[in-house]
Amino acid sequence: MGRSSPLVGWLGGAALTLMLIGSAIGLFVVAADAEQGEVQRLMYVHVPAAWTAFVAFFMVFIGSVLYLVQRDPRADRFAAACAEVGVVFIALTLVTGMLWGKPTWGVWWTWDPRLTTTALLFAVFVGYLAIRGFSDDPDRRARWSAVVGILGFIQVPIVYLSVVWWRTLHQPPSSPRSVSSEILWTWMLNFLAFLLLFSYLAARRARLARLEAELEEREAYDV
Amino acid sequence: MGLGGRVAAIVWKDLLIETRTKASFHSMLFFAALVLFVFSFAIGPDTPLLKRIAAGLLWVAIIFTGILSLSRTYQAEEAGGSLEGLRMAPGDPRAIYLGKLAGNIILLLAMEAVLFPASAVLFQLEIGSHILPLAGIAILGTIGFSVVGTFYAALTLNIRAREILLPLLLIPALVPPLLGAVNSTQLVLDGNPLGEADVWVRLMVAYDVTFFVVCTWIFPVAVEE
Repeated sequence: MGRSSPLVGWLGGAALTLMLIGSAIGLFVVAADAEQGEVQRLMYVHVPAAWTAFVAFFMVFIGSVLYLVQRDPRADRFAAACAEVGVVFIALTLVTGMLWGKPTWGVWWTWDPRLTTTALLFAVFVGYLAIRGFSDDPDRRARWSAVVGILGFIQVPIVYLSVVWWRTLHQPPSSPRSVSSEILWTWMLNFLAFLLLFSYLAARRARLARLEAELEEREAYDV
Repeated sequence: MGLGGRVAAIVWKDLLIETRTKASFHSMLFFAALVLFVFSFAIGPDTPLLKRIAAGLLWVAIIFTGILSLSRTYQAEEAGGSLEGLRMAPGDPRAIYLGKLAGNIILLLAMEAVLFPASAVLFQLEIGSHILPLAGIAILGTIGFSVVGTFYAALTLNIRAREILLPLLLIPALVPPLLGAVNSTQLVLDGNPLGEADVWVRLMVAYDVTFFVVCTWIFPVAVEE
């Protein structure tokens, strides 16, 4: 009952290995950026973390829809685990973005559309975790947070669009620089590593949630 | 009684209570005016500056006031436990949402009908020649706010600390209608020389339609027991 499957252990091992390789390549193998210098290496954490966070929030959406359709507590625990780990990745995205922005743009924060949308997405999923934290009944908690997970996901594109218009009507958008294949390749490797790490952490978190639910049930019988 | 009849019954009941007591409307109005005053005090008596940011101040005042009044949406039902009765009544529970939504929109629009002229006086705005476009913007912005607000107010009804949870969930969701309403209001006040306000109006229409459909559809899940 309490045993976690050996697959999860392998997942953790693979994540660690790939992260070591990816970080080594990002730090030592790929040449430093001509304009931005060494600080550009932060992008090998920043970009994959952002992608992973978006995958996480898509998973929250899937888990929420599944829960409302099937009313299976496993779907709820899956969504909650993805949200918790996803919030960590999105915080990592914001922090690394600011660390990169200060030396590159000269400011910690700017109202760039992607930056603003990411911060709002962070707020949406903090709300998701808050509504879970404030409700005790497992069924209601699952139902309420599933609704927030679905609405939160639906609002992302329209929020992004509105922020893009807000910025571009006042100033020209920053021109997207073409990215070399070397950089792209390192991003992909690190993205894979982060995805494995994410899956590992989410699986662990979901297992913990299942054990908590079992404990709650057992205590309910004992009383 | 069909869906329309049930919706109308809820709106009629709530508006009747409101017109008899007027408690909610008057306090909302004075609260919104106070928010405008607080902004002016915080920013200073710099009339050109206030004039330039008036649309933003006005809409933030509307949103703050709206959030406070949202938490009262289901108060009349809560006290006597009659929300249970409404929910158990035969027919689609969506009638509760649609009725409360219509009530919130009417109440907020009535408040804005006073607040817009008040802010024109406070910030020296020329609204006389733009009444129709401004009314359209106010209606679209208010629908967007109320569609999501009425829904989240129902969702957080039985949650501890809902006073903080409601704005926490609501404010990130309100960014598109806020941007749409503020920018189009400001552009109209400036005479909308390039016709840029249309983009924002279209954004608000898209938002209102999308979330009206989603929230109406998913509402029964939010209030089931």
